[in-house]
Amino acid sequence: MRRILFLARAEVLHIVRDRATLAQVLLIPMVQLLVLANAATFQIRDTPMDVVDLDRTSTSRMLVSHFAASGNFRIVERSASYAPANADLLSGKATLVLAIPADFERTLVRDGTAPVQLVLNAEKGAAAGIVQFYASRIIQAYGAELGAQLRPTLRTVRASAEEPAPVRGAPLIDVRTRGWYNPTLDYRHYMVPGILVVVVTIICTLLTAQNIAREKELGTLEQLNVTPITRGQFIAAKLLPFWVLGLLELAMGVAIGWAVFGMPVRGSLLLLGGVAAVYLVAALALGLWISTMVETQQQAMFVTFFVMVIYLLMSGLFTPVDSMPRWVQLLAELNPVKHFVLIARAVLVKGAGPADIAQPFLILAVYGAVVFWLAVRQYRKRSA
Amino acid sequence: MRALGGFVGLLRKEGYHILRDRRTLAVLIVMPIVQVVLFGYAIRTDVENVRLAIVDPAPDYATLALRDRFTAAGVFRTVAVLPGAGELDRLFRSGAAQEAVLFEPGFANHIARGTPARVAIITDATDPNTGSAMQSFAAAVIQSWERERAGAVRAIRITPQVRMRFNPTRESSNLFIPGLMAFVLTIISTLMTAISLTREKETGTMEVLLVSPLRPAQIIVGKVLPYLAIGFVSILTVVAEARLVFHVPLRGSVLLLLAEGLLFILTSLALGILISARTSSQRVAMMGALAGTMLPSVLLSGFIFPIESMPRVLQWFSNVMPAKWFVIIARGIMLKGVGLGVLWPETLILLAMTLVLLAASTRSFHVRLD
Repeated sequence: MRRILFLARAEVLHIVRDRATLAQVLLIPMVQLLVLANAATFQIRDTPMDVVDLDRTSTSRMLVSHFAASGNFRIVERSASYAPANADLLSGKATLVLAIPADFERTLVRDGTAPVQLVLNAEKGAAAGIVQFYASRIIQAYGAELGAQLRPTLRTVRASAEEPAPVRGAPLIDVRTRGWYNPTLDYRHYMVPGILVVVVTIICTLLTAQNIAREKELGTLEQLNVTPITRGQFIAAKLLPFWVLGLLELAMGVAIGWAVFGMPVRGSLLLLGGVAAVYLVAALALGLWISTMVETQQQAMFVTFFVMVIYLLMSGLFTPVDSMPRWVQLLAELNPVKHFVLIARAVLVKGAGPADIAQPFLILAVYGAVVFWLAVRQYRKRSA
Repeated sequence: MRALGGFVGLLRKEGYHILRDRRTLAVLIVMPIVQVVLFGYAIRTDVENVRLAIVDPAPDYATLALRDRFTAAGVFRTVAVLPGAGELDRLFRSGAAQEAVLFEPGFANHIARGTPARVAIITDATDPNTGSAMQSFAAAVIQSWERERAGAVRAIRITPQVRMRFNPTRESSNLFIPGLMAFVLTIISTLMTAISLTREKETGTMEVLLVSPLRPAQIIVGKVLPYLAIGFVSILTVVAEARLVFHVPLRGSVLLLLAEGLLFILTSLALGILISARTSSQRVAMMGALAGTMLPSVLLSGFIFPIESMPRVLQWFSNVMPAKWFVIIARGIMLKGVGLGVLWPETLILLAMTLVLLAASTRSFHVRLD
């Protein structure tokens, strides 16, 4: 134990002595968290749209003003022909074109139903689906509003229908919807826990992956090899300072998320801390394992980068794991970040307790033990 | 003339460096291919296989019919049918269920009597996007059943006819692969040059280069050209993959896409050079390359998240990201089939960025080593 502490102390001195690196290590993740949490949103705000109003009646103008008033859309151009709207779609100036055909009002009053056209720039990523969802909702709400105004005319229409509705105007089924855990649909509540996990993981893995490779390059590893320290003690001592650093950063990040972004903290922080302690062992041991395998810092970087990209894009952080094909989902099971992101979100946002996160936690624990064992096994005190 | 000879010599030396290290070369060529395949499949936002819990305290013909509808919709997978709502919280917290439909007791009676029958849809909105998608799916199932039962209820209805331009099926890979190209190319090129130059500094060979009659600009060009070649091979393979594996349409000119790709690689290389010119150790260069490229090129390029939704400051900041412009160009050429007539501003911006970055790094090189 004393040996571990001695070597760990040496590592701490290395980290603390190099002020620039220390600042980098502490600041970069926090700055990234502050900036990127704002960027990671599918929320629709201010979507630029063009209006092609061929009807030009009060009904069509009201529909347009409903769009403008919703706060989700910004009208960049109104025109009476398709050509400018088409050009705006091509150049990306508009994401949505609302086209109201001529005779819109007349058809609506006569038949009770009239079409409008929504043309979306589906190239705009996943947002297109949500834009459509919002736009349809606005149109529907406007239709309902009109229906209330025009009810008297409608009654007569309905009276002639073959099967009369039991109570006029009342819907058959009353559907109420509720979104649990995030009723305001604030993306940052969802993203902050995930981004925090990823930025801390990236920094910590990078540092550990470089660590042993650097000692190899400098030749100081040989000095350590001739000391009586055992392999397990060596890896543990290398891991300990970064483990503390990682926990510290996570704590800072949770504080920032809570104070700046109003991220909910519904579950127990102690539970989250406990899981983080186990998770960090897995993440850091992976870095050390890489470091024992490679010869130079450059190689360490390459391997780490490759792992990072997988960490990042297959963790369910940005796109849900549930949407991936089955075989990719199986691969994602091997990603410790995926499990910890899941746990962090469940504990912070949903208030999950120990029983709810038992399965991913067990996977993390097994993962940590296996990777630690691999790192110890890979590290040889004799050079080849 | 002698300077030119020296330049060719430097080029040869760089070539040897790259070719000699087979492992790194293999990584450089293979990494983009593997990444595009893997992430082309992994990055999607389609919502399907929703884990649905049904709370039906008193099943009757109406609730059973609706339950059948949910099963038949294809999007839902019923994971639990419960008599009461008490269990729901636990199912949601552990993630076993993502959505719940709650029927009130005597559902069919209410319908028969003509009083509104109540049904609640609860979604796990932790992920707002998935949450609202699931909500609208479930509401659509109930509405379609309701419409069929009531016959054509005449109410004022404005029916939106939706047209998805440029990607009618909203196929995820069509959206993400052009962005993925930018991501992979950035990482490879920025990282490579950043390391290659700082290594010369660390091993002390940079001094040898600096005292040679080569001018700084020549050193930089000599350093960049071999990686530009590797980058070009990457573009070719990635575009081929996009076509052959994912069938992403390529509606515009292939030549233009390749040329723009080359330009973008040049921009990324120039960024790598600048990072390495300003840093002294591989570690710092790595951190810089990482902070400067990886997360921002995912998050601020519009590759996954729409830039329009970001706060103003970030929207403004995203303009500095070369990846943002390349994503626009690549999507424009591949999905919209537009040419330089539309894309000239983006191309000019990339060009200007490259020139500024190259000029800045050349200037940084004038400085003697300390």
